[in-house]
Amino acid sequence: MSSLWEYANPLKFMRTTDWLLPIVAVAAVVITTVGLVWGFFFTPDDFRQGSTVKIVFIHVPSAMMAINAWVMMLVASLIWLIRRHHVSALAARAAAPVGAVMTVIGLITGAVWGQPMWGTWWAWDPRLTAFLILFLFYLGYIAMWAAIDDPDTGADLTAVLCLVGSVFAVLSRYAANFWNQGLHQGASLSVAPGTRMDWAYKAPLYTCMVGFGLIFLALVLAGTRTEIRARRMKALAARERMA
Amino acid sequence: MMPELGRYAVEVTSAYAVSLGLIVALALWYVARGRRVRRDLDAFEQKRGKNG
Amino acid sequence: MIALLTRDLRLAFRAGGGFGLGLAFFLILAVLVPLGVGPDRTTLALIAPGILWVGALLACLLSLDRIFALDYEDGSLDLLATAPVPLEGVVSIKALAHWITTGVPLVLVSPVLGLLLSLPVPAYGWLLLSLTLGTPALSVIGTFGAALTVGLKRGGLLLSLLVLPLYIPTLVFGAEVVSRGAQGLAVGTPLALLAGITAGAVALLPFASAHVIRINLR
Repeated sequence: MSSLWEYANPLKFMRTTDWLLPIVAVAAVVITTVGLVWGFFFTPDDFRQGSTVKIVFIHVPSAMMAINAWVMMLVASLIWLIRRHHVSALAARAAAPVGAVMTVIGLITGAVWGQPMWGTWWAWDPRLTAFLILFLFYLGYIAMWAAIDDPDTGADLTAVLCLVGSVFAVLSRYAANFWNQGLHQGASLSVAPGTRMDWAYKAPLYTCMVGFGLIFLALVLAGTRTEIRARRMKALAARERMA
Repeated sequence: MMPELGRYAVEVTSAYAVSLGLIVALALWYVARGRRVRRDLDAFEQKRGKNG
Repeated sequence: MIALLTRDLRLAFRAGGGFGLGLAFFLILAVLVPLGVGPDRTTLALIAPGILWVGALLACLLSLDRIFALDYEDGSLDLLATAPVPLEGVVSIKALAHWITTGVPLVLVSPVLGLLLSLPVPAYGWLLLSLTLGTPALSVIGTFGAALTVGLKRGGLLLSLLVLPLYIPTLVFGAEVVSRGAQGLAVGTPLALLAGITAGAVALLPFASAHVIRINLR
């Protein structure tokens, strides 16, 4: 293997993912199942939060992937704009629905958790607000892709939208921070000494994070393969019409 | 089999159920769309192969 | 470029150019809110800053799709893109024309609407100042959205979906300035942040808009 850029070739990408995708998919299912079963059945209740603490095993990984998916789309958009690799643009397109669903899961599990803990389903807390705004950005991005027929034009426009959107998403996060100090606790996982979480929770949580990451990877690979085929289909149809 | 979830059983199980439901639905949608596009492309290429 | 500006302004002021539509919308909103919320002056005073800012935002949105649509249809956008004037400049002029025909009138009528919504007296200055500082950002960001959707048949709905999330920081800081001003608190920080967003948007977004138009004209 000489360089990462080899995978920018659609044919090479297809050939590699032919065997890679099943492995990733199986690993994603197995690891997520292990993590969630571990978290659901074999963790003690928190002395303050009771059994609701078990929601953390979905809430934190999905929230993490919601943000990571956008970052991945940003990187893929940059690669497309600079080096014009089709696979990159199509991967960004495939990642958006996954990111949007992860955002929704983060919001729903948060609401279900917030109801007994804070006494409300929803509060205009900066973190919650920022997540809702992130969801709006996902919607706009997906709608933009859906509105344009030509795949290359669509890729270009959504890539620029992704870049500009990233800047404004970060601005919105700080604006929300400024606007209301929140209920949400700070990051409960940190590398700094004095971590607040016991290993009994951390181990299954890390497992779930890896599992969700693999789910994301598997879906993006599958989605990218579909988009590559769809793009080829469109190109062939266009050539047919020309002939 | 079920762990003792105490007062929050409904919250915890519904959070798990809804999340898993959403992820499975998303995965099924990706697989279905993948199959459809693949079938269309195969059919298209076969037709082209015959014609030319 | 000045010729372009005067041309755009003339087109907007002419009958059917859409000038005044945003203003009328802004007025209607300021009438509808008390009808919906109730005439209680303390409640209205509390929500007036937010209503005025949201109203300005939506009124701005109404006229966005006109920025490029007509030029795109009659082909003059292609001419502008190949003209010796850089497209970034053209885009900036278009945003400026939009601001003069939409943003400035909104700023000018906002005190009257503030009166209707019983906005507290100390807030009027801050309302004018924050709208003056904020509406250029609304026009520039809106121009970017209009550039993204220029080639689309029914881009109007998509345009609002794309542009409104981008308006969030401006809205938050702008409304914050007015509501803090209404309570007599210090407004320096949100005002500086609002001005910062406008300055950044005015400086950088025309490049993105011009790039996007070149893609759409391909």
